[in-house]
Amino acid sequence: MSPYLTMNPFGFPILSTVIFLPLVGVFFILFLNGDNKIKTTAFVAGLLTLLVSLMLFFNFNARTPLFQFGERLAWIPAYNINYVLGVDGISLMLIVLTAMISPLCVLCSWKAIEKRVKEFMICILLMETAMIGVFCALDFILFYVFWEAMLIPMYLLIAVWGGPNKDYASLKFFIYTLFGSVFLLVAIIALYLVNGTFSIPEAMFKGYSFTFQIWVFLAFAIAFAIKVPMFPFHTWLPAAHTEAPTAGSVLLASILLKMGTYGFIRFCLPIVPHASFYFAPFMIVLSIVAIIYGGFVCLGQTDMKKLIAYSSVAHMGFVTLGIFTFTVYGFMGAMLQMLNHGVTTGALFLMVGIIYERTHSRQIYDNAGLGKFLPAYVGFFGLFALSSFAFPGTNSFVGELYVLISAFARSRTAGFFAAVGAVVAAAYMLKLLKQIAWGREDKRDLKDLDVREFVYLTPLAIFVIWVGLFPAPFVRVMETTLVHLFMQLNKLSQ
Amino acid sequence: MTLLPELYMLLFSVFFLFLSVGKKRISLFTTARVLALVGFFVALTCAGARGDLFAGAYQVDFFSQVFKVLLSAGFTLVVFMFEKENEVENLPEFFMFLGFSTLGLMILVSSVELISIVVSLEISSFSLYAVVPLRKAQTRTQIEAAMKYLFFGAISTGIMLYGMGYLYGMAHSTYLPDIMVKLPQFLAQPLGVLAIILTLTAFFFKLSLFPLHFWAPDIYEGASDATTTFIATVPKIAAAALLIRLAMLASSAPAQLATVIIVLAAFSMTLGNLVGLVQKDVKRLLAYSGIAHAGYLMMGLLSFNREGNAAVVYYIAVYLFMNLALFYVVMLLSRRGENVTINDLSGLARRSPLLALTLAVAAFSLAGIPPTGGFTGKFFLFVTAFKAGYLAIVIIAAVNTVISIFYYLNLVRVSYSRESEELRPLALAFHEKVLCWIFNIVIIYLGLMPFGLIDLFRNAM
Repeated sequence: MSPYLTMNPFGFPILSTVIFLPLVGVFFILFLNGDNKIKTTAFVAGLLTLLVSLMLFFNFNARTPLFQFGERLAWIPAYNINYVLGVDGISLMLIVLTAMISPLCVLCSWKAIEKRVKEFMICILLMETAMIGVFCALDFILFYVFWEAMLIPMYLLIAVWGGPNKDYASLKFFIYTLFGSVFLLVAIIALYLVNGTFSIPEAMFKGYSFTFQIWVFLAFAIAFAIKVPMFPFHTWLPAAHTEAPTAGSVLLASILLKMGTYGFIRFCLPIVPHASFYFAPFMIVLSIVAIIYGGFVCLGQTDMKKLIAYSSVAHMGFVTLGIFTFTVYGFMGAMLQMLNHGVTTGALFLMVGIIYERTHSRQIYDNAGLGKFLPAYVGFFGLFALSSFAFPGTNSFVGELYVLISAFARSRTAGFFAAVGAVVAAAYMLKLLKQIAWGREDKRDLKDLDVREFVYLTPLAIFVIWVGLFPAPFVRVMETTLVHLFMQLNKLSQ
Repeated sequence: MTLLPELYMLLFSVFFLFLSVGKKRISLFTTARVLALVGFFVALTCAGARGDLFAGAYQVDFFSQVFKVLLSAGFTLVVFMFEKENEVENLPEFFMFLGFSTLGLMILVSSVELISIVVSLEISSFSLYAVVPLRKAQTRTQIEAAMKYLFFGAISTGIMLYGMGYLYGMAHSTYLPDIMVKLPQFLAQPLGVLAIILTLTAFFFKLSLFPLHFWAPDIYEGASDATTTFIATVPKIAAAALLIRLAMLASSAPAQLATVIIVLAAFSMTLGNLVGLVQKDVKRLLAYSGIAHAGYLMMGLLSFNREGNAAVVYYIAVYLFMNLALFYVVMLLSRRGENVTINDLSGLARRSPLLALTLAVAAFSLAGIPPTGGFTGKFFLFVTAFKAGYLAIVIIAAVNTVISIFYYLNLVRVSYSRESEELRPLALAFHEKVLCWIFNIVIIYLGLMPFGLIDLFRNAM
């Protein structure tokens, strides 16, 4: 075992199990006929993955910054490429989040997807495998393979089951992301030629020359900034979100966007720290532009899904702001915001999906004034909307608070503008909530939430309140890793 | 033992020559398939053969045997893929010419002497000139294609002979090892560079590398599907083999040649991909995709070392499978042998999910998206070129990958998300399904588990 990996305490390769359980589900689905059987199998596969990932969470040692549950196999010895997996405080929660969201996506598509159910479920499970793989991989090539492999099922989710404008949206999504990824690949090869290995931990804190760091940072940043998406690269996001089926939007918002910020914190900071310091002011400015610009664009939306999509741009701005302020609070806030945004925005997309199944419209006006007929729906919607603009007592409040503290510590101006962005967020979310709850007077014949919908909204609601009131268990698992990262960066910046 | 694969191909062709004059009493397709499969196993069993024949002009080594296996795999797959009686005229002759062409290419990968190279190349080319017009007449395009192919081919051979004349004049030998030893000396003068480039012309022609790519789109469009499939894959393997052989014999990396290769590669991939964007006919599109891929392939040759050469072989092996897979979809779609346009693909996912899947896997692989073989092959090429210090071409290739995704993705997009009026399901026979699955599995296998094969290729270099 390498110095950066600790042994896997289980008798079986647990990370490989989490990654490939969905793939086993795919294998079974291939031989099944009948939509209900397929859906059940997909759900069970997702549920099993969640159980195994919870085993990770409960057996995680929060006192070490090392990678845990390590696995290592030679893959392509000719190029020194290995199959290395490991989890630390940064990736653990993202894996659990992925495993939690995926079965919910199966549930929320139970009725919404009528054609080609088999292929749809296969795509969702393939996505899950690739997404968990991205967070576990400790080898650049392994990471890259998962990172890119995700594109194909996601593309199909949008292109086959998407809305009327799916052609344009899916193409734009694919090409935008691929454009970023090829530069990532070039940077990976450059690092390999310097280090002689594709291992990610072995590439960290190596003291490369400044020019080299600048180029590698730029190549990384283009790939990750597109994925996040940061301000000038965000245009694919509203299109993809609006056209994707509900499950696709949820996966995009909850997990895919996190991969960009995960990339920043996992690659940019430790591998090219000096370039990260150098570019931090630019990144902070871009983050703040995203927060404020995203907020104002949201104010003008009439389409619920588009509004939530643009609000993602603003929320992810908080995450990148937290990362590039270089304080422990900033890192922690960024990590928490990643989780919170995953849960809250995912939940809001689910809400839009639910109402769309009933009214077949995503326009705010068509869905206004539901407070009287759909009390449960509006109740959940209210909770998630409050969470979205970081109302105290909900999950996002904790994360946003951390980020704001960090931003003020770094620069008052940055803190001030971020705070303005937070107020704008309150404005557009409350405006939306007001419309949905009391916007119209006329009576319509709509059914409130059914059991299935309750089942998949409840865990998300519990998470929102739990993290809002008692975030300690989640902070605890990431604390050591983030403090360790901060110390090492701090050493370099002096 | 040493010449068994070649002898077998010769017998195969002669057998069909006799069939073409006699009465046709046996099922041609079954016979051809069984015989081709046997040929593939013959090539496999002879993989360990070693020998130095004809006063050193003919080298049977691991390198050449690996390529013979690849060639005969390609040939066998083409024979298995093709089964439309109504597509090609004079069926026995068709098999005969394909056999002769493969034979020529097998001789080519073993030749290390200029005259043998010319002779073997011509055996292969003349068979192909004869095969192009054999398409059942629908229009007259196949005649036009045949004429163009013949003219361009003859001219490129002429240029090659001209260059070889210079090489002989300077090195006083027709043996490649002798020539390559003296290479550094005469690369110092412009004439030497010119001689080498002119000599390579015929191989660039086979690979359809810029600026010798003109023939590809017209011939692909005009020839029958089966012929195009063959021309698009098998001769490229042999041409790549000869370029690698030269790179192996060169003692050090000649800077002048590297510059020329970079320029040709950059133009080839950019031109191929940009023109590919506007194509409507799938076969024409694949022709431009082939031009672009010839450019990618050149990147591996830049490093002039084992690793780079192994990367090229790996890529050409992957290219064989992904290209064949795409052509197979085209063949199965056009049951009457007519050309397939991109619009004909619409609704394919409805009509035949397996065919749409094969199309998607092949297209993503050609574009270089993991976890397909196309990615792994391209990745090896990138690493070797980058390692040799040619960052610029790596970045050009990376940008080209993005450009090319437009038209590859377009194929997938049309087949998955566009509905067509024609919803008649496309029934596939059992063996057609098996072949589709073989293509899919091999492409993904090459993407995820390259370790055994890349080591093997390294040992062959």
